[in-house]
Amino acid sequence: MAAAELVRLEDVWVHYDGTPALEGVHLSLYQDDFLGIIGPNGGGKTTLLKVILGLIRPQRGEVAVMGASPQAGRRAIGYVPQSSLFDRDFPVSAWDVVLMGSKARLFRRYSEEDKRKAAGALETVGMQEHRERWMGELSGGQQQRVLIARALVSEPRLLLLDEPTANIDQPMQAEFYELLSTLKERMAIVLVTHDISAVSVHVEKIACLNRRLYYHGTKELDAEELEEAYQCPIQLIAHGVPHWVLKEHR
Amino acid sequence: MDILSYPFMQRALIAGVLVSITCGVIGTYVVVRRMVFVSGGISHASFGGIGLGYFLGFDPVIGAMLFSVASAVSIGAISRRARLPEDTSIGILWAVGMALGVIFIGLSPGYAPDLFGYLFGNILSVSGADLALMAALTAVIVVVVSLFFKEFQSLSFDEEFARVSGVPTAWLYYLLVVLIALAVVILIRAVGIVLLIALLTIPAAISRRLVRSLRAMMLLSVALSALFVASGLWLSYVLDLASGATIILVSGAAFLASLGLRRARGHSAQPE
Repeated sequence: MAAAELVRLEDVWVHYDGTPALEGVHLSLYQDDFLGIIGPNGGGKTTLLKVILGLIRPQRGEVAVMGASPQAGRRAIGYVPQSSLFDRDFPVSAWDVVLMGSKARLFRRYSEEDKRKAAGALETVGMQEHRERWMGELSGGQQQRVLIARALVSEPRLLLLDEPTANIDQPMQAEFYELLSTLKERMAIVLVTHDISAVSVHVEKIACLNRRLYYHGTKELDAEELEEAYQCPIQLIAHGVPHWVLKEHR
Repeated sequence: MDILSYPFMQRALIAGVLVSITCGVIGTYVVVRRMVFVSGGISHASFGGIGLGYFLGFDPVIGAMLFSVASAVSIGAISRRARLPEDTSIGILWAVGMALGVIFIGLSPGYAPDLFGYLFGNILSVSGADLALMAALTAVIVVVVSLFFKEFQSLSFDEEFARVSGVPTAWLYYLLVVLIALAVVILIRAVGIVLLIALLTIPAAISRRLVRSLRAMMLLSVALSALFVASGLWLSYVLDLASGATIILVSGAAFLASLGLRRARGHSAQPE
């Protein structure tokens, strides 16, 4: 039985004032995917996530989330933005941040069910003993976990992470990928990063994005494609084992 | 205290309480969401309405309210679908509003009484009618913020996430800038168009360093504003100085002192 298709992008083009960000992107994401999208900075990684989330409307192409428009389907997506973009001084506790992941209901306080789900999400990421702490006093890795918990509150079928390891030091990264490997039993995971070496070991599939998307639904990528995307010698990843193949600059 | 027996002083103190509530609640959002320049634009643009009031012969405060709400909505629209950088458009709105005010006042027959008060505040000249308007607007602010507290918190912390989780962020952003416009109207009488930005931001900027939730930040900012307004008013009375400017100078001095305190306690542990 084929896994359910969660997201489908067909021939998606995005320009910012004439500057191309995405060109003819095709992508299908399935229920059991654990995908890393790598690519240089400015290659359109964040744009791609925002298109899936319905925050950016492409100039051309079709986007379907859960078979509907991104605006209608995105409640099934848990979004974890780059934690480095947050104001570290914002006066808010970890618990308040996680509650923000609850279903939006105007004129209502958070319900007991919202609180139960938020507590469960904090436990999943191993942050329950820090719930009353202020976001500003948590480490980069702990903040990341709180943001993941916030995304988990809605019980998403797909988790999207933007540069999740950018703000985490090396020893914490192993723990972070361990957390993802437990989460992937429950949902599809897509993370975008410019850090090829870390991601290649942990994810099950890899795509490469530099305005165009190179993806075969596997962990293998063509050397030529990677070079086209990065336009410089790259580390080649094949057969699930990281190789280091340095090629000459052309 | 015999100065408290004067009716104008009693009205000034009631105005001070309303101003403090406004600064604590709205100032908190202005500071955490970095809308200081937005607020400055709304406040200065409202001068156009003051001028229109003089020109057409209605209460300049009503003119200020029309202009501040209209400029708030324009700023909201500009920052939503920006073709220009937001600060450029706000800067233009800021100066054009002021210029309109100057032209309207120039066209008005005779002398413009109280003009200095609108620019720099004169809390001692607050009338009973002014107080009624200020109280009504403060009530609107408090009610709206308590209705949308969790949504405004989400919007201020992470607008994109809020949008993805179904919060009507565009609508709430307009609501927030309109509340800032109402706050401007409340503050004009106390500290004036030019100075009000300081009273809106200083109490919140001080309390942000001391507390860890938006709610606590609002409460502490209300208390600090009340302290600054009361002590500024008293100083201005004793030293015979302009009340609005004295209140601002007291706030500025308190802000500097709070920075000094932090340094002394070693909180600014940044690597040199």
